[in-house]
Amino acid sequence: MSVRGAVLFIVLLAGVVGLQAVHEDNGGRPASTTANMLYVRSPDAMKRLALSYDSLLADLYWVRAIQHYGTTRLATDPETQFDLLYPLLDLTTALDPHFTVAYYFGSLFLAEPPPGGPGRPEEAIALLEKGLEALPDRWELAQSIGFVHYWWLQDYEEAAAWFTRASEFDNAPIWMAPLAAVTLAEGGSRESSRLLWSEIAQGVDDEWFRNEAARRLRQLDAMDYIDGLTEVVGAFEQQAGQTPSGWDEMWRAGYLPGVPVDPAGTPYGLESGVVGLGPGSPLSPLPTGPAHLQ
Amino acid sequence: MRLIGQIAVNVFKESVRDKVLYNLVAFAVLLIAVSYLLGQLTAGQDMKIIKDLGLAAIASFGRLIAVFIGIGLVWKEVERRSIYSLLSKPIQRYEFILGKYAGLALTLFVNVAVMTLAFYAVLAYLNTQYPESVQVTWSAPATDPGMLRAILLIFLELLLITAVALFFSTFSSPFLSAALTLGLWVIGHFNDDLRSFDAVVESPVAAYFARGLYYLLPNFGAFDIKAQVVYALPVPWQYVVTTTMYGCVYIALLLTGAVAIFSRRDFK
Repeated sequence: MSVRGAVLFIVLLAGVVGLQAVHEDNGGRPASTTANMLYVRSPDAMKRLALSYDSLLADLYWVRAIQHYGTTRLATDPETQFDLLYPLLDLTTALDPHFTVAYYFGSLFLAEPPPGGPGRPEEAIALLEKGLEALPDRWELAQSIGFVHYWWLQDYEEAAAWFTRASEFDNAPIWMAPLAAVTLAEGGSRESSRLLWSEIAQGVDDEWFRNEAARRLRQLDAMDYIDGLTEVVGAFEQQAGQTPSGWDEMWRAGYLPGVPVDPAGTPYGLESGVVGLGPGSPLSPLPTGPAHLQ
Repeated sequence: MRLIGQIAVNVFKESVRDKVLYNLVAFAVLLIAVSYLLGQLTAGQDMKIIKDLGLAAIASFGRLIAVFIGIGLVWKEVERRSIYSLLSKPIQRYEFILGKYAGLALTLFVNVAVMTLAFYAVLAYLNTQYPESVQVTWSAPATDPGMLRAILLIFLELLLITAVALFFSTFSSPFLSAALTLGLWVIGHFNDDLRSFDAVVESPVAAYFARGLYYLLPNFGAFDIKAQVVYALPVPWQYVVTTTMYGCVYIALLLTGAVAIFSRRDFK
């Protein structure tokens, strides 16, 4: 290449980079309504179209499902929905029926109530049942269905039935049968929830699930602590005849040894005499279900 | 036999001169780049996805070579008119066809072998990046030798595609040969639908016709056991052997057809 040619090449290259930067400054492509588009929704059609690339396409749909969940969860626009979550997970698991993580994570994503998720436990159950059909020896899937009934639908009879079914698998852990019994006897109690999460924390291999279970356990601890603090605040109100303005006032009055912090290390909130998690606590929001975690 | 070998070596050398093996660099770069990026995107599924991608890439690069070089094996010689000087030598037409086929098969073998080595090297490296607590959660070890069964069947599929491309190239243009080869490859993945065609049509004639196609068309879907090996699911050796035999017989059938057609062609 001559010097003139090299110079031309560099100038053109700089032009391409510069124009791309201008493009970026201008905000990229004009807004379109096709961002949430899924051209093929039918798992049967996609399986045929995939030819021999089923697994790879399943991976792509899985990555897309995670991105869809993540971006929708972080979106500030209240209109943003998790519309594609189930279709993406349905396609992922149709293309690769052995993609166990897609069933487990997918059901968690789907069942999570707004604003963290779409709050569609029925779809979570449908996904898990599909998984159980494809992988009939996985007791974990039956347990997960029971879990959705327990935690998100508060249907403890159905939850206990699924835990019982999970306990009947050849390779099921020994704690599954007692879990079913406890669920039936004390479904919805904070203690039975603690037992459920503890077993999940100890039983699963995946680090994300372990962390999630540990977070739920810390939430239950925080709820216990909030109950205790609420009693202390009540005692203060009775004595002082007014609601405390903050933890400092209670601490100075000798009701508390210091500012109380939740298991994640964030100070609890106290507003108008109501105790709750402090702003910015990683344990927030506390579970809305089961409804009567007493 | 010696002549077939010489033609084969020449085809291999030509493919090296044509920089066909550059795809190996593309494969390595793709695999390394994706391995680096995936950890951020896949919620702990990176090892599975790298395996899926690696196996799919081995098959895809091989298919491109098999189709686009396969269709030119005969056509190039005719187009350059070098076929006249070749056939004026003491070379039988079947030796020419078999030599061309063996040459491309050798090119594909080298490609698949090097890509397999690179694939296992990347997996072995990635294996060192994960603690044992994570490794136990994988459905199969990172460098599971069981994946070689899938690679063996991928290689056989490539040999079959080459035979299809060579067969079509003995009597049609490169464009038409490529279209026919790719078309047959696509149809070859719908064999299960052809088998159960009677469930969707009422006409028994159409059902019998579809059934006939099911037996006649190459069953490319049978060579795909990538998903099974990634999850270390059982793939009996009997299946691998039967599929290998099926592939070999089909290749022999296509080469016989290619030789028969090429032997009748008039180059005067």
